[in-house]
Parts: sequence; C-alpha cells; structure tokens
Amino acid sequence: MRKLLLLGLVTLVGFVFIARLYYLQVHDAVKYSPLNDSAIKKEFTYPKRGYVYDRNGELLVANQPSYDVMVIPREVKPLDTLEFCALLKITKEDFLKTYDRAYKYSPRLPYVFLSNLSKDDYAVLQEKMRKYDGFYIQKRSIRTYRKSIGANVLGDIGEVNNIDIKNDAYYSKGDLIGKQGVEKTYEKTLRGVKGTKFIQKDRFNRDLGPFENGKFDTIAKPGKDITITIDSKLQEYGELLMTNKRGGIIAIEPSSGEILAMIAGPNYDPNLLVGRNRSDNYNKLYNDSLAKPLFNRSLQGVYEPGSPFKLMNALIGLQEGVISNEEKITCYAGYKYANRFMKCHCSIGRRNNLINGIQESCNAYFATTYRRILEKPENAREGIELWSKHAKSFGLGNYLNNDLAVGQKGRIPDRAYYKRVYPERFYSTYTISNAIGQGEVATTPIQLANMTAAIANRGYYYTPHIIKNIEGESIHERFTTPKQTTINKQHFQPVIEGMLQVYKKGTAKYLQIDGIEICGKTGTVENFIKVDSTRMQLTDHSIFVAFAPKDDPKIAIAVFVENGYFGNRFAGKMASLMIEKYLKNKISRTDLEHYVLRHTLEHEYEKPYSGKPFKINRETTLETVSDEEFEKLNYLKAQIDSR
Amino acid sequence: MIRENQRRFGFDWLTIIIYLILVGFGYLNIMSASHTEEVTSYLDMSQSYGKQLIFVGISLVIIILILSVEVKFYERFSSVIYSIGILALLGLFVFGKDINGARSWYGIGSMTIQPSEFAKFATALALSKYLSNIQTNLKNIKDQIKAAIIVFLPAFLILLQNDAGSTLVYASFFFVFYREGLQQIYLVIVFSLAILGVLALKFGITITAIITATVVFGIYFFRQKKRTSLLQPVIILLVSIIFSYGVKLFYNHGLKPHQQNRINLWLRLEKDPAKLELMRKREAYNLIQSEEAISSGGLKGKGFMEGTRTTGKFVPEQDTDYIFSTVGEEWGFLGSSAVVILFSILILRILYLAEQQKSQFSRVYGYGVASILFVHFTINIGMVMGLIPTVGIPLPFFSYGGSGLMSFTILLFIFIKLDSNRINEW
Repeated sequence: MRKLLLLGLVTLVGFVFIARLYYLQVHDAVKYSPLNDSAIKKEFTYPKRGYVYDRNGELLVANQPSYDVMVIPREVKPLDTLEFCALLKITKEDFLKTYDRAYKYSPRLPYVFLSNLSKDDYAVLQEKMRKYDGFYIQKRSIRTYRKSIGANVLGDIGEVNNIDIKNDAYYSKGDLIGKQGVEKTYEKTLRGVKGTKFIQKDRFNRDLGPFENGKFDTIAKPGKDITITIDSKLQEYGELLMTNKRGGIIAIEPSSGEILAMIAGPNYDPNLLVGRNRSDNYNKLYNDSLAKPLFNRSLQGVYEPGSPFKLMNALIGLQEGVISNEEKITCYAGYKYANRFMKCHCSIGRRNNLINGIQESCNAYFATTYRRILEKPENAREGIELWSKHAKSFGLGNYLNNDLAVGQKGRIPDRAYYKRVYPERFYSTYTISNAIGQGEVATTPIQLANMTAAIANRGYYYTPHIIKNIEGESIHERFTTPKQTTINKQHFQPVIEGMLQVYKKGTAKYLQIDGIEICGKTGTVENFIKVDSTRMQLTDHSIFVAFAPKDDPKIAIAVFVENGYFGNRFAGKMASLMIEKYLKNKISRTDLEHYVLRHTLEHEYEKPYSGKPFKINRETTLETVSDEEFEKLNYLKAQIDSR
Repeated sequence: MIRENQRRFGFDWLTIIIYLILVGFGYLNIMSASHTEEVTSYLDMSQSYGKQLIFVGISLVIIILILSVEVKFYERFSSVIYSIGILALLGLFVFGKDINGARSWYGIGSMTIQPSEFAKFATALALSKYLSNIQTNLKNIKDQIKAAIIVFLPAFLILLQNDAGSTLVYASFFFVFYREGLQQIYLVIVFSLAILGVLALKFGITITAIITATVVFGIYFFRQKKRTSLLQPVIILLVSIIFSYGVKLFYNHGLKPHQQNRINLWLRLEKDPAKLELMRKREAYNLIQSEEAISSGGLKGKGFMEGTRTTGKFVPEQDTDYIFSTVGEEWGFLGSSAVVILFSILILRILYLAEQQKSQFSRVYGYGVASILFVHFTINIGMVMGLIPTVGIPLPFFSYGGSGLMSFTILLFIFIKLDSNRINEW
C-alpha cells in the first residue's frame, strides 16, 4: 500500500491543476479582445474638427493649434526652476505642486504640466525646451472663433464628462465634445470619427510598438464643414443693439425657416470658452445667476407674448367666423366682464373694426373676439380646445423639434389644462387675459418669430432651423417640408393689413422706414417676479414682432427686451433697425439707432436686488450709458457698417 | 504501454518521448517569453532562447554519454558523485557568486553553474546506494538518522546559501523513505504538523489548541480498544501547543519579510485594505500578473508568440520560474492542461517503472526521480496559479537555465539507463 501514496498524490495534483486551469481560463475567462487587454493601450488620432461658415460663406469657427507642456517625471533632471517658472509664468509653488501630482499619477507616463500655452509663450519656450530634460511640448488642436459673436449660436467644446462617456461609447476620457449651440447639435458631423491605434505595452506601460502590426488600427475620418443659416453681419448688429439689455431676438427667413439671427442678451465672447481659462470663464458665466449669460433667452426665455398674440386671436376669430373684417366693436376704454374690468388705451366709445383693433391694439376688441371663440361651441371647455388647436398649429405650446441645442415648450392652455385648474366650472371669462396674450399663454421669442413667419407666409411655416448646408449631405426633410396652419389663407389678408397700419398709423408709427413696407405688432407685458418669496411688479417687458416687406416677406422677427417697458420703446426700434439692416444693408433711421445704443437697462435689472424701494414703468427714468461706452459702441457700429 | 520486447536497446521510449516533447515545448515558450523584437536567429546568443538551444544541445550529448556508460558505474561511483556534489556546494562559500541575494552559482566566463541543481541527483544516487545496502533497515532509528544525514547535508548547505526554495525540494526524499519502509507514524506526524502549522497561522494558537484538543480527546474517548492513561493525549496536546507557538515564533521572527508576506498572502492573513493594496503592488505583483496572463489565454490561447502580456513582459521571471504563465496565455486551457497531463504521465510512468525494478538501488533511485519531479511540478505550477505560496523553483525541462535543464536530464536519464538494464539484472 505504501506504493499508492505518491501515485495517489500525483493523480490528485494533476486533477487539481486542471480544475484550477479550468477555473482560471474557461470559467472565469473574459472574452479576449485587444480592447479589454490591459497590455494593449489604445491611442487615438483625432481628426480635424469641421469648420462652421455663415450663410454668406464667412468663416465663423476654425481650429487653432494649442501647445501643452508635458512632463515625464522620471526623466526630469535637476533644472533651474526659477528660470523655468519664469518662462512658464508660474510660481515655484505651482511648479512643485504640479510636479508632485504628475509624479503621483505615474513617474513613467507623460502628464500635462501646463496646458494651452499662448503662441508667444510657445515661441519663447520652444527654443529653450531642450535644456529641460523630461519636459516637452505637445501640440493639440482647439477651436478659434473668428468673430466674437454668436456665442449662444455657435456654442463651445469641452472635455467629455462621465455622463457623456456613459451615454456614448465613442467617447473616452479627455475627448472633446460640443457643449452648447451648433457645436452640440452637429457634434457628430463636426467631430468626424477618431482613429484608433493599438499599442503593445510592457509592464511599465512603455510603448513597444504597434500591436499585431496595426491589424486592428483604424484611420481617423475628418469632420465635415457646415454652413449655418446665420447672417453674421445681422447677428453682429443685433448683438450690438442688445448691449446693456437683456432679452432675445430671432430673425427668420419665412420662405425657408432659416434662422438669420439669434441674439440673446447679455452676451459673451465665445473665445472666452477656448483654451487655458475655459473653466474659470465658464464658472464665471455659470455663476452669474442674475444676468445668466449662458441662458439663451431667445430659445429658452418663456414669456407671456402680450399683444402680438392678439394677431393669433384675430386669425382664429376669422377662421371660426365669429368676427368679420368690417364689424365694429365699441371700446369703453376697456372691457367689462363679470364684475371685473380690463383697461384699454382707447378713448371711451371708440368703435374699432379688425384693422383698427390691431392698429390700436384694442383690448376690448380682442376680449370680445376671444369670448366669442370660446362661446361658439356648446360650452367654454369645447371652445378652449378649439382655440388651442388653432394656436398650436403655429408651433406654439410645444417644442419646435429643430436643430438647436436648447428649447422650451412655452404654454398654450387647452381643455386638459383648465380641467386641472378649474375642475368644477369653467366659463370663457375665466381666462379673458389670454385674449391679450397674458394669463396662461406663454411663448419663447423663437416661437413668436415663427408665428410671425407663418403670418408672413399667409398660413404655413418651415420649422426654424440653423443648418444650411453640410458637406455632401442633404438637410433633414423636416426642415424643407412646409407645415400648414389651420387658418385659411384669405383670413391673413386683413390681419396683415392691420399689422401694416400699426406702422402706418398705429403704435409703431414713429418707427417707419422709408421704402420698406413693414408689418408689425407691439407688445407690452406686465412683469412679476418673486425675490425672496415676495411677489413684486417690475417694469413691463417690451415686445415686438414684425415682418417685411409686406408682399414678399424676406424677414420675420421677434424682439423681446426685458423690462424695456412699452413695445415701441426698445423692441420696436430694434426690430425696425434689424429689418432695415438686413434688407437695405444700411441704416437710415440713425435716430433710432442712437436711442437704442445710448440707453441702458442695467439699472432696471438691479432694482429688485438693491433692497431699496423702487418705481416702475411710467415713473422710471431711462438711463444712458457713459460717453466712453457710447463711443465704444459707435466704434463697433462703424465697423459693422464698413463690412 | 510499450511491451518489453518492443523496447529498442532496452530504453523506455515513452519516457524519452515525453521528455523530448516537454523540452521542445519548453523551448518554444522560452522563446516567446524572452524574445524582444523580431526573432532574427534561433542561435542569437544575446537572448535566453539562443542560450537555451545550446543547453538543449549539450543535454543531448549528456544523454548519449549517460546511456553509453556501463550501468554499474552509477551504483559504484554514487558515493564519489555525492562527495563531489557536497564539495561543490561547500566551494560556493569561497568561490561562489551572488545572484539575486543567493550565493548559489559558480561563474565561469559569462556562464554560471548552479551546483545545487546537480546535488539533487547526487543525493538521489547516494541515498539509493545507502538504502539498497542489505544491512540498512529503515525501521531502525540509527539507519533512519544516517539516511536523513545524506539528505540533510546538501539541503542544509543550500539553505545556508540563501536558497530556501531549492532546500524545500529535498523534502521530496520523504516519499522515498516512506516507500522503503519508514514507519507509518512519521507520515501521520508530518501531515499533522503541517496542518497544525497552517491552523496556527491562520486562526491563532487558542483556536488551534481547541481544535487539537477536540480531535485528540475525541479519538481517545471513542476508541473501542482498552483505555490507556490520559497522559498520552495530554502530552500530545501540550506538544502541539508548543509546536504552534514555535510556528508562530518562526513566522514572526525566523522568516525574512518577503517570505512572511508570501505566506501572509497565501493564507489571506492581512485584513487592512490599505496594506493589502500595497502588497498587491509589491509581493503579490508576480502572482497577480501571472494569474491574469493565464486567465487571459482562455480556452485556446492567443497563439505562439501572440501573448500580449508575455510580449509586454508583464510577468517578471517569465522565462524561468513563471514559464507556465506563458503556456497558459499562448496555448490556453488546452495547451496548459496538456502540459499538466504530460507531467503527470511522466511521473506515473517513472513510478511504474521503478516498481518493476529488480535491483533495490534502481527502484529507490527511480522513486527519488519521481519524487523530485513531483515536488518541482507541484510547487512550481501551484505557485504560478496561486494555489500555494510563492517558492522560487524551476519547472523541470521548461524553465530557462542550463544547470536546471542539464541536471534534470541527468537525473532522468540515469534512471532510464538503470531501467534499461533490468532484464539483465539477474
């Protein structure tokens, strides 16, 4: 039996080993791929990111080289730190801190010591670099914005965060991705496809050369250039007009839905978000919780539309046959309903037909219209459903489903909405504010501009969009097929006539431009906010919508100026100037221009946060910008004029 | 199985074929593990695989020499060979060369020779000679001591040279003793002490004592035979407690830190995650890399020279002690199982042949060969796969190294020569 001990042990060990091998190699094994092999490093080659051009072929966004100082701590030899720090413009503490961090990361691997050197620093440093062993300069490509305009349109790129990586396996740490604007929506077009190189590493993570002679490697595909619908000159002009004000301007070409200009105030220079100071600057913009420069008011600002919405009610009234072109409705300097009274600017007893109603923005006229619409079916609930369907057909109350990075639904209340608010009883008078574009109705400037474009087109619109052309690709068909509204074509004629009269004789008669038939509508919206949970009223918002020329509309525009008071004080002037700039490429109404540039609303915005009592609307005085500031603005204006 | 009349020249060709397969396959793996860039020449002497090819060539010459020498030579000259071995080991203290902290090598030009490798077969020969002496009886304590001295002398010298791994290999002669008549009680004691030692380290002395007491008194009370005094189990318990203390003491003070850490890792004694993480980076680095390399091979492996971890030299010592991880990575489960099976068959075959021997000298020697191969095989592959603590000894026929390959060749082929003569033994 003694013979059996070793015999048994050998057999046992053999079985144990095979079992262990089975466990390690078959049971526990991960499917092998060079992608999950820690001995294989993936290295990416980044393609050129696509350029962005404006509608006239002007280059807006391009790439520029950027230089990073890299360090491999193990290879660093004693150096003259003082001189080196002076060259890099850093302190010795910074140097030691960064070096320490690099060393902790890995003594053998390259680490970004200092990122985004300026070209000048690079030029100086380049010559002295060989004195410093272990340090070298690496070139990267970053964005450059050729004009300091359109930050809200163009957006910016930055390093991917963990969520991006989780959502899209394409990205890995350190990759750049579009964060806002066009850079975000056309990320996939602009970025191209990065190439991958698989590199065999040794245990110190040093390169040994291509894995399997590059069998698995892929080549980078360059990003495509895109042309956007923005007219950079109009954009620049609009941004100039918006200086020292908050609000949004959207200009659309009605015949195509192309966005000609998209201005959000306050604005910032897109180059702030490029390069070394990106995160500092971004945090500054992000933390400005009052002015909110990153908040794109032209797309995200949800405001009550005010009087321009009367156009909507007029169209619905005509379509439903509850009003006619000729019928006159008496205004009692207001409109009495139930036990309440809605004031109006008209003198007592004035009788307005439709065109006069629009021209004078008569509250009583549209309150009557609205009530009639709601009371046309059996009950007001049916009526509100009917009304909201018409309004929604203009793209209001929902996302436009376009190619812009951000957006808001706004609100067009319907039966379901009021069922929640008024579960018991519901009468047309409950919601009479909707007649004049206040109350529950809310829109964004782009929705209002789109509504204006639909009116200009006499009944249809193209989804407003920013993309004009992609190298070798066609534009999505949702941007090239017109969307019909529920209003018949003939009903637009009187409304447009009314809008023309707004300029000729009505609320915008001082804003006329020689030689252009502009159709417009002013709006003034009451403005309540909550500061520290106390509700307070601020100066009204100034609103204006317009399109021109009347018979062959080339531009439809919506302007929204926060706390600008009545419609033609700021918004109307800015809209007229924009139209003239776009159609004539020069400004005849320099008086309007002077007024807009000279005045600032910054003090208005400070009021609620000053802690002191303040006055609004009629009781405020307009403040002017300093002479230096005005001179600067005029200089900028001259630059635009000379283009 | 090859029948007697088919044995050409009387050699056991199955053993020889397995030997050749193992050496050839081992060579391929050394090539994989040690090549740096493109393989330009198989005889590139700057590379391990170039040198190894020379060693294989020398081994073949040695085989021919061994097989052509008169068979009685080995028995007659065993004492001489043993003496030379011991002298060579002693000589190291004067002329030896330090490599990796062990003074185990003679340097001759650029070559090094490790006498501890050659001392194995010398010891096996001497022991065979002694045990096959008609007057030797292993039941006799005097003879036990003499036999033990033959084994312990080289083992002790090697331990002094700081090569604990090679020393451990001499424990394989225990199997020989046992086969040749050492009392059963020794086997029981060796296994009990081994278990006691592990228990003491893993669970501490108190728990070990409780377990021991339960077992010892359990056996005492449930024994059906007549009861002797309680003294016997009490003494056993006391001795085991003292032994546990001894093991603990030895672990804490007798072992070098790296040895301590290896056992620590194996028994998972460290609970502090920070220290454990540090250990994973230092002491366990080899082991983790080796296990990952084997695991990444999967069922079929990545193919010859395609192992990414092997190419990247992720596993240190991969052409020597950790050569089996190359097999695992490049040849997968199929290849590495084949190696395990080949080794098992080889050892079993030698055991079978040893039992067939008519001369006791040949039988004891054969048993010695099987035991030495078995211990090397078990410890090396067990270590590479993380089953036992790290002990640096080579995998026979596989690991890079001239001394190792030649000494294993000599060890094996002396037995093949002895075996070939068994028909003429009468």
